[in-house]
Amino acid sequence: MRCNTRIPSGCAISGMMCESGDRVDGSAIIKSIALMHDRSNGLGGGFAAYGIYPRRADQYAFHMMFDDFAAKENFDEYVKDHFIVERDEVIPTSPFGNITSPPVLWRYFLNVDEKKLEFVEDREYVVNKVMEINSNVPGAFVSSSGKNMGAFKGVGYPEDIGHFYKLEEYKGYIWTSHGRFPTNTPGWWGGAHPFGLLDWSIVHNGEISSYGINKRYLEMFGYKLELRTDTEVVAYLFDLLVRRQNLPMELAVKALSAPFWDNIDRMEPHTKELMTAIRMVYGGALLNGPYSIILGHSRGMMGLNDRIKLRPMTCGRKDDMLYMASEESAIREIEPDLDTVWSPKAGEAVVGTLNGEVE
Amino acid sequence: MATELSPVSQIPPEFHVKVDHDQCRKCKRCVLNCSFGCMQFKDKVTPDHSKCVACHRCTTFCPENAISITDHPMVYKENANWTERIRQNTLKQAETGGILLTGMGNPKPYPILWDHLLIDACQVTNPSIDPLREPMELRTFLGSKPDKLEFERDEHNNVRLKTQLAPHIQLDIPVIFAAMSYGAVSHNVHKSLAIAANKMGTLMNTGEGGLHEDLYPYSGRIMVQVASGRFGVHSDYLKAGAAVEIKIGQGAKPGIGGHLPGEKVGLEISKTRMIPVGTDALSPAPHHDIYSIEDLSQLIFAIKEATDYMKPVSVKIAAVHNVAAIASGIVRAGADIVTIDGFRGGTGATPAIIRDNVGIPIELALAAVDQRLRDEGIRNQASLVCAGSIREAADVAKAIALGADACVIGTAALIALGCRVCQKCYTGNCAWGIATQRPELTRRLDPDVGSQRLCNLLTAWKHELQEVLGSLGVNSIESLRGSRERLRGIGLDKETLEILGVKPAGVGM
Repeated sequence: MRCNTRIPSGCAISGMMCESGDRVDGSAIIKSIALMHDRSNGLGGGFAAYGIYPRRADQYAFHMMFDDFAAKENFDEYVKDHFIVERDEVIPTSPFGNITSPPVLWRYFLNVDEKKLEFVEDREYVVNKVMEINSNVPGAFVSSSGKNMGAFKGVGYPEDIGHFYKLEEYKGYIWTSHGRFPTNTPGWWGGAHPFGLLDWSIVHNGEISSYGINKRYLEMFGYKLELRTDTEVVAYLFDLLVRRQNLPMELAVKALSAPFWDNIDRMEPHTKELMTAIRMVYGGALLNGPYSIILGHSRGMMGLNDRIKLRPMTCGRKDDMLYMASEESAIREIEPDLDTVWSPKAGEAVVGTLNGEVE
Repeated sequence: MATELSPVSQIPPEFHVKVDHDQCRKCKRCVLNCSFGCMQFKDKVTPDHSKCVACHRCTTFCPENAISITDHPMVYKENANWTERIRQNTLKQAETGGILLTGMGNPKPYPILWDHLLIDACQVTNPSIDPLREPMELRTFLGSKPDKLEFERDEHNNVRLKTQLAPHIQLDIPVIFAAMSYGAVSHNVHKSLAIAANKMGTLMNTGEGGLHEDLYPYSGRIMVQVASGRFGVHSDYLKAGAAVEIKIGQGAKPGIGGHLPGEKVGLEISKTRMIPVGTDALSPAPHHDIYSIEDLSQLIFAIKEATDYMKPVSVKIAAVHNVAAIASGIVRAGADIVTIDGFRGGTGATPAIIRDNVGIPIELALAAVDQRLRDEGIRNQASLVCAGSIREAADVAKAIALGADACVIGTAALIALGCRVCQKCYTGNCAWGIATQRPELTRRLDPDVGSQRLCNLLTAWKHELQEVLGSLGVNSIESLRGSRERLRGIGLDKETLEILGVKPAGVGM
């Protein structure tokens, strides 16, 4: 069932965020990604949504995929031993013509027992458990594991996946989406985007040509790369640099999509020192090859292109809404009257930050 | 007392020198150029075949192209077991009673794993990059890196680097010149390497014979070596270097010392090595203050103290069976750079038995060390430099993909200077003025010309490496470094592939 080979793919991505924290339902993001139908081939689509579980905002929401109910029973045994299960329920879906043979989709709202956190911080604990589940619990896969967010993904065109998961019924302040064009058939729902870990989610158009060293770099810090996807690598790199090593986001981005030496050599001394050190120390984290990425996390959304902009990305703003997508048309489709629209430069991050409180 | 043997050697000549006397105009250039006493003039040019080493000096300088050199046409009774080489060596030892000496790297037909590794390229799903149109970065830093960086904000709320970085050497190309001592090679070789290293933004390495005072102006690009003989080591020498290397072992002669015969120790070498004129310079097999890893650590920190912690310290070892664990110990002992020299690495003089039979290939050693350091989470604590027969830019690309930070070239650099790999370095008769101290020979190498040839070689390799990166769809060397996913093995057994961490050709991602 699980796909253990790495599959290159082309893609469409779209993301929207309300920086003031207002929440909108999922119909707009479905409409946006649907416009780029031709950029995917029906073999993978998905969404990440933030702010969807306000009444359980303090609990880890695990979106799970099981091969069958036997796998779910295995996981139920596992999860009882390692977490406090506050609630678990089926993820609601509507039978939708084009979507076939979904796995068992279930969500768990979890807390971690204080006693388990004697030697480890709770997010670290959750990361370790996610790795353990994906590696060791047969037939079980953690699709997302953050608080007040979730990933909804599967095999199909993204707009069909969106309707299948009834995303019109959720409200979120950040929505990201992904349509996939893999070069062969994965047939596995877990391999679709977005990829999630804690509240990180990544949708990604591109192929990381430096995958080999990025993977070995992460393995040195204990990450287990089960999915063998570029997206997994990107998510873990953010987790390592920002969560574990406390790099400010703007510098983490410079490690991943590093400025060229020619430019660094012309910077003023302090910045030059900073950038030189980042490139020296984080060479293994440099993402090379064509990509455009939208990173979601609970406090914001960020778009990032590769160093020489080999994949497209356009951004737009309207009031306190920030949009980013593979094509401008996908933004205009849901907001024809933009205040500004621009194509970010290669390697330059576009950052959306939550200013207000989530409603 | 041993019985006197017949003065006539039973060993047949290796080569046959043919002079076309119709073309020869008796200018005697070949005679003047031959430093091995092979070309003689007796009314006409008359070669003594037994003295020819195939150094090509005569053929290169014959204005009429009248000289050709072939294998000596001598047929041995066919025998796959008692090969010609073995029979010749047996005769030599029967005549001399000595250890067989030789020069240069291991010539035996062991598998060369570089030639069993293939590099990936981009097609459709990710684009290749044109190095003529886009930046293609080779800049490399040698030295210890922390696991992570810390930052702080200054009074203007600007982010500033808080972490104090260890000293580093910046290389513009990840190829550095090998340790070759003044004594083993001539002053002009050292000068050529020093000038080229400065021009190309890379390093030369003094080897174990110290640094001649004339070359101190170039020392910003010179790694100074401290070997078991401690020749030429003094405070100013350590402080002058860009980095200091402790030489524990050498790929061509792991576990044994070195010997520069007294006849090569003239005034300049005597001053540089700080030994009397005419005395043998004997490097002991081990450092006599290093009998264990903790002793090495003391020497590393003694050197760091002596250089005010301003220089990275490298430790060079030969690739032996347990190289991964040894390298790990060296990193934990405080080395900033680990240099590993494979069993095909070169030398000026070594017993053939050691060169040809001791050690392991650099490809396997490099792969094993890089993986071990990663498994232990200490790979960033030291740079990994690999040596021991890096022949061409393709070898560099493959070595970097296996995990090397930089590669070392010795023989390749000498070939650029004129060396024909005749393996007679230990005789001191090098016709190209490289491995000799005879003034009439050393002056054959002009450091300006030599350094330009070295710069040309490195420039060519630089362009080739950039082509490889571009075809791989990456624009910076660190995206190839350790990226074994971009290599595939061909004709290798499963265990070898596992050690290399490389999949067989035909397997996708």
